[in-house]
Amino acid sequence: MTAGTSPSSLDRHANAAKASHGRPEETATVTSLGVRDDFPILSRSFDGRPLVYLDSAATAQKPSAVIEALADHLRWHNANVHRGVYALAQEADEAYEGARTEIAAFTGAEPRATVFTKNVTEAINLVAFAWGRANVGPGEAVLITQMEHHANLVPWQRLCEERGAELRYLTVDERGEISLAELDEALAGADVRIVAFAHVSNVLGTINPVAEMTRRARAAGALTVVDGAQAVPQMPVDVAALGADFYAWTGHKALGPTGIGVLHARPELLEAMEPFLTGGDMIASVDLHHATWNQIPWKFEAGTPPIAEAVALGAAVRYLGRLGMDNVRAHELELTRHMLRRLAELPGLRVVGPPEAERRGGLASFTLDGMHPHDVAELVNRAGVCIRAGHHCAQPLMRCLGVSATARASVGVYNEPREIDALIEALNGAREVFAA
Amino acid sequence: MDDLYRDHILDHYKRPRNFGELEPHDLAAHEHNPLCGDELGVHIRVRDGRIEDLRFHGTGCAISQAAASIASEELKGMELDEIGQLGADWMIELLGIPISATRRKCALLGLKVVRGAVTGDHAWPNGQAH
Repeated sequence: MTAGTSPSSLDRHANAAKASHGRPEETATVTSLGVRDDFPILSRSFDGRPLVYLDSAATAQKPSAVIEALADHLRWHNANVHRGVYALAQEADEAYEGARTEIAAFTGAEPRATVFTKNVTEAINLVAFAWGRANVGPGEAVLITQMEHHANLVPWQRLCEERGAELRYLTVDERGEISLAELDEALAGADVRIVAFAHVSNVLGTINPVAEMTRRARAAGALTVVDGAQAVPQMPVDVAALGADFYAWTGHKALGPTGIGVLHARPELLEAMEPFLTGGDMIASVDLHHATWNQIPWKFEAGTPPIAEAVALGAAVRYLGRLGMDNVRAHELELTRHMLRRLAELPGLRVVGPPEAERRGGLASFTLDGMHPHDVAELVNRAGVCIRAGHHCAQPLMRCLGVSATARASVGVYNEPREIDALIEALNGAREVFAA
Repeated sequence: MDDLYRDHILDHYKRPRNFGELEPHDLAAHEHNPLCGDELGVHIRVRDGRIEDLRFHGTGCAISQAAASIASEELKGMELDEIGQLGADWMIELLGIPISATRRKCALLGLKVVRGAVTGDHAWPNGQAH
């Protein structure tokens, strides 16, 4: 009864993926995945203008398969997990744990080392609290980068303050990249316990060389914590191959619902760690003055977990899996290329981050001379175009770029080149308002 | 013409009145809009219990910059005692454009920083939460 019946367009893509295997030149020209009909919200219009949604880096829209999976679970399979003996509770259990298995498989991780959290922020707080507090001490250091989202920055600030450790930063160069030589230098002191960084920057779009970085960190005896929020929705991610000790991502950016995040870890790390949150479900036994912990991953899932959300995220990764993440990446790369090319046509527009689309995820942050990004976002909204403006939860990076804010357009599986063209037209309109 | 970006708003944005530093000054404050990272500071010179002169400085969107510029013209000469009474309605009426909920803080940032400098009250006008 579980939802997830695939629309025919998906079958077509699954077949196309097979057919094009070994012929990369064909996937490189994909500019539409033909899945728009799967996303009901895309049929909306505002003031008679069709919705042009270019804010998937903030949150992705949801396909019917996900919406139906969520509703289907709540409608037909709802019960609490892990403690019911009746048949309905077993269904809920199977749905929840089945989703974990499916989600872990999607990212090349082990189910028992795949913890459901609320979001990436909670996942990183979990690591900072449960591993960091026990393993980072005075005179030691946590190394992050200047391009981090606050989610992968503030927990480390706090940990370092509490433990008397030092928070150090890898710099971001004018191309929006970090340097492996600088990483080597930073690791040479052998006092770095944690290296935490984004897989894909939510502002610059930069794809960081994760495998290279985890290899270097491991050689220097440091653990790695990777924020995969922007990577998992748009490119193939194999956590085992990347070699990250901890890898976090969030459901709602990957076509799933809000309220669920994922933390993959090396199981032996989770085994050795004390819990983060304590209470229901995460215990083995409790007496008046003492409790013992449940097995992993449940040791880290205190309280009733996001059950329906996990089931719906399972449907989301199934949907993405059928599209084929290689196809998704090829599609978003082509859109990004188109976006960079078209944005370059506008006088006074400056894109931050790597100039080459190949070095980026599917987003472009930019400034426009004489216009504040908020005004840019407000004016393009008049044309039904949704982009984000602000500091994108990366204030240190904004300062290092020398801007107070940027506007950001980001793409998802459902976007098409004509929507980029609509953005460009809207930006030209916005410039006219301010030129008056 | 655009509802929000009317000529007088764009004029104040591009040619803000009373912008820069004011030395010496008697009162100063600096605020930012956590939503968008806009920053606005103010220097105020006081004489006989009134704002004799003031200057805003900072960066922000057209709405926050124009609002500060427009307010600066009204604030000159105003008694310090009056400043604490100025609420969100005063500012929005002065702006003369429809302000959506999402741009409200942009519009109120200038008033917030002046109230902060004069009264020490750093809350958003009319007690809005952050």
